[in-house]
Amino acid sequence: MAQLFVDAEKIVRARALAQSAARGVQAFIDRHTTVSIERTVLRLLGISGAGTRGAPLANLMVDRLRVAKVLQKGAAYWLGRALRAAPGKDPLQAIERAATHPEKLPPLGAAEEAQLRDEMRSDARAAVSELRSRIEQRKELKKSLRVGSFEGAPWKYVIVATGNIYDDVEQARAAAQLGADVIAVIRSTAQSLLDYVPHGATTEGFGGTYATQENFRIMREALDAESRKLGRYVHLTNYSSGLCMPEIAFMAAYERLDMLLNDAMYGILFRDINMQRTFCDQYFSRRICAFAGIIINTGEDNYITTADADEAAHTVIASQLVNETFAHLAGMKDELIGFGHSFEIDPAREDTLLRELAMAMMVRELFPRSPIKYMPPTKHKEGDIFFSHAYDVMADLVAITTRQGIQLLGMMTEAMHNPFLMDRFVALKSVAYVYRAARHLGDEISFKPDGIVARRQREVFDKALHLLEEVAQDGMMAAIGKARFGDTARTPEGGKGLDGVIERGPDYFNPFLEILEQGRQ
Amino acid sequence: MTKHLIRPYGDRKDDGVIQLSFVLPVPAGDKAKEAAAAVAKKLGLSHVLVSSMEKAGDDYSFFVVYGRTHMQLDYAAIEVPAVVHPKHPFDELNEVVKRDIGRRIVVVGACIGTDSHTTGIDAIMNMKGYAGDYGLERYPMFRAINMGSQVEPEKLVARAKAENADAILVSKVVTQRDVHKEDARALVDAAKEQGIFEKTIFLFGGPRVDHQTALELGFDAGFGPGTKPSDVANYIYYRMLEKRGEKS
Repeated sequence: MAQLFVDAEKIVRARALAQSAARGVQAFIDRHTTVSIERTVLRLLGISGAGTRGAPLANLMVDRLRVAKVLQKGAAYWLGRALRAAPGKDPLQAIERAATHPEKLPPLGAAEEAQLRDEMRSDARAAVSELRSRIEQRKELKKSLRVGSFEGAPWKYVIVATGNIYDDVEQARAAAQLGADVIAVIRSTAQSLLDYVPHGATTEGFGGTYATQENFRIMREALDAESRKLGRYVHLTNYSSGLCMPEIAFMAAYERLDMLLNDAMYGILFRDINMQRTFCDQYFSRRICAFAGIIINTGEDNYITTADADEAAHTVIASQLVNETFAHLAGMKDELIGFGHSFEIDPAREDTLLRELAMAMMVRELFPRSPIKYMPPTKHKEGDIFFSHAYDVMADLVAITTRQGIQLLGMMTEAMHNPFLMDRFVALKSVAYVYRAARHLGDEISFKPDGIVARRQREVFDKALHLLEEVAQDGMMAAIGKARFGDTARTPEGGKGLDGVIERGPDYFNPFLEILEQGRQ
Repeated sequence: MTKHLIRPYGDRKDDGVIQLSFVLPVPAGDKAKEAAAAVAKKLGLSHVLVSSMEKAGDDYSFFVVYGRTHMQLDYAAIEVPAVVHPKHPFDELNEVVKRDIGRRIVVVGACIGTDSHTTGIDAIMNMKGYAGDYGLERYPMFRAINMGSQVEPEKLVARAKAENADAILVSKVVTQRDVHKEDARALVDAAKEQGIFEKTIFLFGGPRVDHQTALELGFDAGFGPGTKPSDVANYIYYRMLEKRGEKS
């Protein structure tokens, strides 16, 4: 029922502008690699362990290659080279030896070079085939069970964040039993700024639980059991953001996660991660998501938790169109792009419900095949949990009425602490009531073609179009430098992680990317 | 001082009614309900009513419980250290700063440590302000430098020193395991190390910050939720006058 009052030609124009802005960046991406991309390749090829003091082997190896300034050939090449020079050796030692004096490696003839690459390609194909079978297991289980509360109802998404993966499991199971469709394990504060993925199961975290491959496995196993028991599939999500986007995406695919927070610009704007790094990393991570059928959730809700939600609404739309373009360039289908936005207009104002409906319908209709990810109020939340609960219920009503795809449920204690078990209970009980009560409400309503909702959509879209004109004119990187998005200016050389961006050599070798890019247009 | 005795108020004066909600890690049932009532009784409540028991998962129950407390409290004996001073409106404050300080007041602010939640610091410092109250940047007689999120305490102090700042404004939203206190102490230590602790005014803000906590951490003042930029601007002005008095 969601109604769109925006001129179709303007939408076509806005998409074309977003595409033209992203094209230059894609050309840059195709000429570069990053330490995180190379670590992902090594992880695919079986380098998943950790060395002394928990440092991941993939990091130790890639750091050696980066310091030796030979990473432009690709880590897979050097792994092949090292193992060939020292067959049967420990791979880390072999890489160390190869990286210390690459010139001392016995020279390879053209035929041997080609053979080495073919061998690594064959290893990569075998690894990808195992990965594919794990992804298939996930899809099979989901196919055999019910999904969501009913056809057309948003998936109910809740957060667990105890810091201890075993406590998280307890809370996630309880939430699933109460009707949650998606469990998100919030990460420990500032994990996005770590240039490695911690190893093993973890029981200590600040404001969340470290994303590790073992923690993913533990939670997915628990949710598999719970899903089978309930006869309803419970999805798992985590964060492919920060300095390790591709690695997290790979681990998530391997451990059968269903969704990932993943945004083309979030790290740049809100975590001050270098933009060259983020653009390269988001591409590779999205290639993996496209391959694994992982739904990404973009982070546009962040624009309106920092700026004023009413005034900055157009930045959400503009960024969604940019995210869409980057996702398409990475081979993602619309069905896998969960565009983010949120219910955040200051509740002290009048007619906020109409303005929220206008925005929610516009996003819904701009991306009709995508599962829209709707976020709850956070910015104006108060310690008065009773008011806060009423406020959340309004977001529930907008979500079901406009058929959002995935709804992160608001918690009445949002302004105070990570959700308690009882907070999730209250949210899940109420949202079930609202979905039931308003199940067909949206089908019955139509808004005036020139009323508040229609005018609001046109106003926001016009501003988004204007912003995209500027962005297309400046080019994406320069536009970010001028604070066109999120009121935050970032430069191509600023931020964290730039030293992890490497220009690909003419003989760059990445057998994983070759597979992921098959059929690329 | 005359006593002013009070009790919580439900429906009648001094009835002592309190409402509670909590989870017990046991399946819902008669026994769980009795346990919830026992919790309230152990807390010293009488007339206990478990108004709701809900299954909050297979192994958890959620309760809403009412009861009456018999304790009474002398309201007159409650003491709260608070930031108290008269408040000048926008234009007037600029005038008195010009008159009494004779130059622009320099304020440097940031979210310190790993904290990236800039809502609070932005509301106080940025031009736009908060709830219709202009931010410090808007005041002609203030120079406001907002360093943004995830700033190391040492860097904040170094910047304040370079700018010859009168006040440092810190916002912390993340408070798990008291990480906000740790970061606040690191800031005070850094300021002492870099020799600007005595001359600078330290302000601490955040949703779980109060004046008392801020004082304990070595700050001049703490500002909790609902603080407006004009509160902060006025406070800095008055505190500068006070500090001047302390010196002479």
